[in-house]
Amino acid sequence: MAFTEHRLIFKHIDAPGYTRDITCYQKHGGYEMLKKGLTMGGPAIREEVKKSQLRGRGGAGFPTGTKWSFIDPTKVTKPIYLICNADESEPGTFKDRQIIYKDPHQLIEGMILSCFANGVKLAYLYIRCEFTEGWKILENAIEEAKAAGFLGKNILKSGYDLEIYVHRGAGAYICGEETGLIESLEGKRAYPRIKPPYFPAVLGLYMCPTIVNNVETLCNVKHIVEMGGDAYAKIGRPNNTGTRLLCVSGDVVKPGYYEFPCGAITLGQLIYNVCGGIPNGRRLKAVIPGGSSAKVLRAGEVYKIKEKDSQGNMVDRDVKLDDLRMDFDSLAGAGSMAGSGGVIVMDDSRDMAECLANISTFYAHESCGQCTPCREGVLWLKKILSRIADGQGRDNDPDLLKDVADRIAGRTICAFGEAAAWPVQSFLGKFKEEFQIRIRRNGAAAKRDTVSLTH
Amino acid sequence: MNPWNHDVAKDEKDLIDVQVDGVWMQMPRGLNVVEVAHRSKKFIPHYCYHPKLSVVGNCRMCLFEMGTPKMGPDRKPILGPDGKPEIAWMPRPQIGCATGITPGMGIRTDSALVKDCRNGVMEFLLINHPLDCTICDQAGECKLQEFSVEYGTGESRFVEQKVRKPKNVDLGERIVLDDERCILCSRCIRFSSEVVKDDVLGFVNRGSHSTLTAYPGKRFDNAYSLNTVDLCPVGALTSKDFRFQMRVWFLKETKGLCTSCGTGCNITLGSREGKVHRLTPRENESVNSQWMCDYGRLNFHYLDSKDRLHRPLLRAAGEQFPGTWGDAIQRSAEALKKVNPEELAVVASARLTNEELFVLSRFLRELGVTRVDMVPHQGQGDSFLRSGDANPNSRGAELLGLSSGGRKFGTWGAEIASGKIRGLLIFGGEDVVAAGIPASALQSLDVLLFSGILANGTSRLAHVVLPAAATAEKTGSMVNVHGRLQRMTRAVPAPGEAREDWTIIRDLREACTGGNSLHSVEDVWKAMGAEVTQFAGLSWAKIGDLGVQIENDLGAIHEKSVKA
Repeated sequence: MAFTEHRLIFKHIDAPGYTRDITCYQKHGGYEMLKKGLTMGGPAIREEVKKSQLRGRGGAGFPTGTKWSFIDPTKVTKPIYLICNADESEPGTFKDRQIIYKDPHQLIEGMILSCFANGVKLAYLYIRCEFTEGWKILENAIEEAKAAGFLGKNILKSGYDLEIYVHRGAGAYICGEETGLIESLEGKRAYPRIKPPYFPAVLGLYMCPTIVNNVETLCNVKHIVEMGGDAYAKIGRPNNTGTRLLCVSGDVVKPGYYEFPCGAITLGQLIYNVCGGIPNGRRLKAVIPGGSSAKVLRAGEVYKIKEKDSQGNMVDRDVKLDDLRMDFDSLAGAGSMAGSGGVIVMDDSRDMAECLANISTFYAHESCGQCTPCREGVLWLKKILSRIADGQGRDNDPDLLKDVADRIAGRTICAFGEAAAWPVQSFLGKFKEEFQIRIRRNGAAAKRDTVSLTH
Repeated sequence: MNPWNHDVAKDEKDLIDVQVDGVWMQMPRGLNVVEVAHRSKKFIPHYCYHPKLSVVGNCRMCLFEMGTPKMGPDRKPILGPDGKPEIAWMPRPQIGCATGITPGMGIRTDSALVKDCRNGVMEFLLINHPLDCTICDQAGECKLQEFSVEYGTGESRFVEQKVRKPKNVDLGERIVLDDERCILCSRCIRFSSEVVKDDVLGFVNRGSHSTLTAYPGKRFDNAYSLNTVDLCPVGALTSKDFRFQMRVWFLKETKGLCTSCGTGCNITLGSREGKVHRLTPRENESVNSQWMCDYGRLNFHYLDSKDRLHRPLLRAAGEQFPGTWGDAIQRSAEALKKVNPEELAVVASARLTNEELFVLSRFLRELGVTRVDMVPHQGQGDSFLRSGDANPNSRGAELLGLSSGGRKFGTWGAEIASGKIRGLLIFGGEDVVAAGIPASALQSLDVLLFSGILANGTSRLAHVVLPAAATAEKTGSMVNVHGRLQRMTRAVPAPGEAREDWTIIRDLREACTGGNSLHSVEDVWKAMGAEVTQFAGLSWAKIGDLGVQIENDLGAIHEKSVKA
């Protein structure tokens, strides 16, 4: 069974002969939606976005139309800012960079439309510091767009003015947290703000109402303007509309980025059909479906997923891991999340203690250090896990790890606490015996031992 | 002065219902949960939160369980049998410092979840802490210690290598930093940037390696830097002056005033066995809030100066010899009787207390002396706490009619030289040589009496030197430049045979005129109230620990006149 992608955002990406300059973009219909949007007017665009049921693509999956509705441009007296969050740094996620590097004008057009819809006169494009080339590409694309009259004063003679500034990130994962990003943009350390009171929609950048949207989310706005909110909502599944960019990495034959309607394929189809299965005759052991923060799913698991039956009643359905739909609600139903779309596949040669130690090393390195549980707890987790991976585990380590993780999640300033705790909680919850065996066989001999799983 | 004042309600009468640990009560709208708990005799522990600084919510110690009224379909709260709203409790704990109360809010400060949150934070804060309480100056007033006992666990589950950070960091002129003790609450950073507007402190590095430091090339030595030592909830910031000097639990605490300038910051004097070890600010929102300047804080070492006068000195054959108080008073009285009152001049220092100045004014009236003044001292004022008037009681001296602000004093040098002044009495240790009267002129006087605490160029020329008590060694009141009457209490005894000025003046007065009806502070206050309108109706007790505003705040005008 063949699974052809439904490429909306990635339509032109990697297409033969497609280049990232504005001429090529316009040849393929670029900035036509800007013209359409300007004649529709802001409120109409907002209405279409609401109808589209588009959910944010950065990780949390918050409805974009709702986020926008927190700000009423007709009532706000302060400036309204829009920030494109292009600080893509969730491990296992590499979708936004495809857009930035290969089709930057799509993002800019989506941004201009979103700014116009929300009465924004000044927008920032906060790009991950490590995307050096991407930064230059965006600067160049903005120059091109300005020269063509799509940006700057009196855009396409509509009377609408907009400036977009590219700001290079400060080189930390936490800069992608929306309030951390705002602090960083203000020139400070990217310490996430406490919410309340600093909800970006009320007290955002420079204490003004601010919308922070992900790259992919903003690109979607262009397509919503093109096809209308209702038509867009028909792609994918109810409450999980549109397409989803999936980044598959790890133990698959064909890792890479793919685009499918939300929930159109299952996790099994993604791994075995789209990505060619697990290489070297190995079998699937575990998969992290939405970036490294998402809770791990274990091969062979069966989940109770709430679904509507033919009469429209909500019923629990047993769903095997392979049959999980790749959409927000199904993955949430399985106890994990669609997150940033980064699917990390692990085969049965992988040592879960080492995998988790690797993930925790990342979070210990990236904890901003502002609040106590995350600052102290995440490094502690990393130290215990590294010790276990080094064959120096102790009997009570699994319980201690879980306890420490439980005392981080839900008690921190930002969601980083959960991002760091969830992998630990889920790995220990699902592979505890593997940690215990590893600890029992103390010493170097145990280092490469893993548990064979059958399913 | 305080940009935040989270502990002050905008309107104490605008009350809303909240439930704290099961009890419904009324609290002013706008207060945060930490303050509400405090007012309801509960306590929510916290490290980073401070009522006079911005709220950052980073320590997570003040996590509490929060509930909101359950809403019915009509969007109105569902009421329970007691007529109060039923509360829906949130599963996720909230921080008390950043959460303002709302009508019908439920607050749990002591539930199992809250206890677990605090226990967790305590464990986290201690895993990388050096646990060097035995050599730490903060021990005894350390929030880590206190909350550990109250909310922590006796032993640690941490078996890993601790994070190493810089120790013994020379942060500024007066402050040493131990980064391993720092819990990164950022109080010092916020104080410096928000209150003093000296934004030199910050964090570098990330995560558990986060480190407090001064901006490269900058020193943390603004005029108020030592307040961060008070604000620091742990032993990370220590005062170079106080560290390793004395265990804080040995310190006797006495309520007093800083007398280094006319502001009169309220302070606590920490002393042990007759020795002052430190001064710390005492909260008074009408004067200094919770702060004081570094200069005033450290200006107490003169108490132990080698120049300190311990015994009365009598001049004979061109030299000063120690004598008894009896001899000294008698010699002084005899000498005074020989001088015509019109040829006498008296320096009444504005460093003396109101009580002392009043007894002095009675004495001078009996003697018939009218030539009396203070010596102005101009200090370095700033726009925050420090006054340009370095005298602590200029306003008191004026009210008691003993001061012309130095105008009269300015002519005395010439009057001594011309022989119009034959005798000079100095109370309050003023060095009139330093203030412009030539030593040769003083040497020509028939009588030169000096009462003060430190030997100086003037005391060395005196015929009789009467050793006096310093402000830390006496009880009395002063009026600050803003017209506020405040009192201080003796913290330590005067050294050697030194005595409080009012007893010196009393004894002199008895010896000279025989007159004395002032035996106690109450007597003094009764008499002062009758004579000075601003003091009418007041008593020592009525001044209270925080003082009384007795005059309009003319501080700015007064400072100008001092400078002029």
